[in-house]
Amino acid sequence: MSSPLLEVENLRVSFPTHSGRVEVVKGLSFTLGRERLGIVGESGSGKSMTGRSILKLIRKPGEVTADKLRFEGIDILDQNEKQMRAIRGARISMVMQDPKFSLNPVMTVGEQIAEALVTHQKLGRKEVQQRILDMLVAVRINDPERVAKLYPHEVSGGMGQRIMIAMMLIPEPELLIADEPTSALDVSVQAQVLDIIDDLVTRKGMGLILISHDLALVSRYCDRILVMNAGRVVEECAAGQLDKAQHPYTRGLLAAMPVIDETRDELPVLDRTQWAGT
Amino acid sequence: MSALTLKNLDISYGDTKVVHGVNLDVPEGESFALVGESGSGKSTILRAIAGLAPEWTGEISVLGKPRTHGVDRNVSRTVQMVFQDPYGSLHPRKTIDSALSEPLAIHGIGNRGERVEAVLKQVGLDQRFRFRFPHQLSGGQRQRVAIARALMLEPKVLLLDEPTSALDVSVQAEILNLLKRLRREQNLTFLMVTHNLPVVSFLCDRLAVMRHGKIVEIADVAQLKQGDLKEPYSRELLAATAA
Repeated sequence: MSSPLLEVENLRVSFPTHSGRVEVVKGLSFTLGRERLGIVGESGSGKSMTGRSILKLIRKPGEVTADKLRFEGIDILDQNEKQMRAIRGARISMVMQDPKFSLNPVMTVGEQIAEALVTHQKLGRKEVQQRILDMLVAVRINDPERVAKLYPHEVSGGMGQRIMIAMMLIPEPELLIADEPTSALDVSVQAQVLDIIDDLVTRKGMGLILISHDLALVSRYCDRILVMNAGRVVEECAAGQLDKAQHPYTRGLLAAMPVIDETRDELPVLDRTQWAGT
Repeated sequence: MSALTLKNLDISYGDTKVVHGVNLDVPEGESFALVGESGSGKSTILRAIAGLAPEWTGEISVLGKPRTHGVDRNVSRTVQMVFQDPYGSLHPRKTIDSALSEPLAIHGIGNRGERVEAVLKQVGLDQRFRFRFPHQLSGGQRQRVAIARALMLEPKVLLLDEPTSALDVSVQAEILNLLKRLRREQNLTFLMVTHNLPVVSFLCDRLAVMRHGKIVEIADVAQLKQGDLKEPYSRELLAATAA
């Protein structure tokens, strides 16, 4: 087996408050190969902070420490901002939650995608144009020439999210972090967007970290799942084994979700006192 | 008697017509769901019933009485709405107590203190939350406040616009249980907008599938549970959820 793409050991993220520093990620360790890893948890479980600290996107006064945070042998914590800029986008990229707030409203779609590409590679104008159109086709936009000339407010949410994926994948990164890529979208569009991510990730042999609060969705699109609660991983399992999950938190989450052929009169509610350490 | 009747309802925002000829009848005590993707006009129907989208033609009747366009005091007494985003629907500089007292003041109802206490108890919030501000509450607690505010005037019908889609799964379960209990205790009628079919299965009796401002299918929840929806678009929605 080749060396892992990403190694994380004892990752801790903390923020100062009036009553001392609060750790939001408390000693997280995992390794990632060229596979699809899902990180699931509720609001405040530290899942997004984990994603952001891999890209060193946590600003002061937040503080990130780790015994090991290596991407393909590069120590992320040792890199300065300039070195990080060469990694962000080009080698590790991130799809954010809401296309409405993550696209530049005064640039056309084509310009934004081009910017993502030319920041990292020197290419001729014709070639850039061709790559943009190819990428838009890859994210299943039917009329790429027209869409490239549109502004973000002229496209729907699902299309906006596909444009963002195009932007993130055009420099051909080795690792894609998708932080709730579909929670702002309709159910019917969600599946399409995830299928596109899945298809591109598999085809290019990239690593994927899918961060979501939706257990069912993550188990469908990932190989392996980490369940986080209050900054810690409470359970790690293969996606197919989710129904055999052991930890009361995971089981509670699974039980709290209504199902399509619901017969229960009342949904079980998490008893938070059972395992919460804080 | 029907709690809500919509006849040939067309709704526009300016020059754009977003809902086309909707007919719907929701009997008293029923929990009815409108499902469909963004832009299908489902929230607009709720807004028209609540008086927030006044440009409509056709007929909207509440408990047998046709309603006028715009905000109507009598309708407010019987129909109340709960919005999607508990972070946006509460006034940030009003305490929970004053948010809950406001509808009582508008309608000249006395005994406010006791009523606020009673409604907080109904929605399962401790009395210590009464004089706090929204930012001191979690998302689930805020949604409880929004439901409490809708219940202040003791309405017969609740319009629920994606009441749980901004919440975590475990909090969603708490709010769904709360809505189910309230409906049972107070014999409420629900008209709920959602795109989450499992939620419909848990909370509703019937559903209407909407697309491009039209109702494409009305089905019983039993049909939904068995995957027995007729229209191709409904089946598509179901497949997107169930797969």
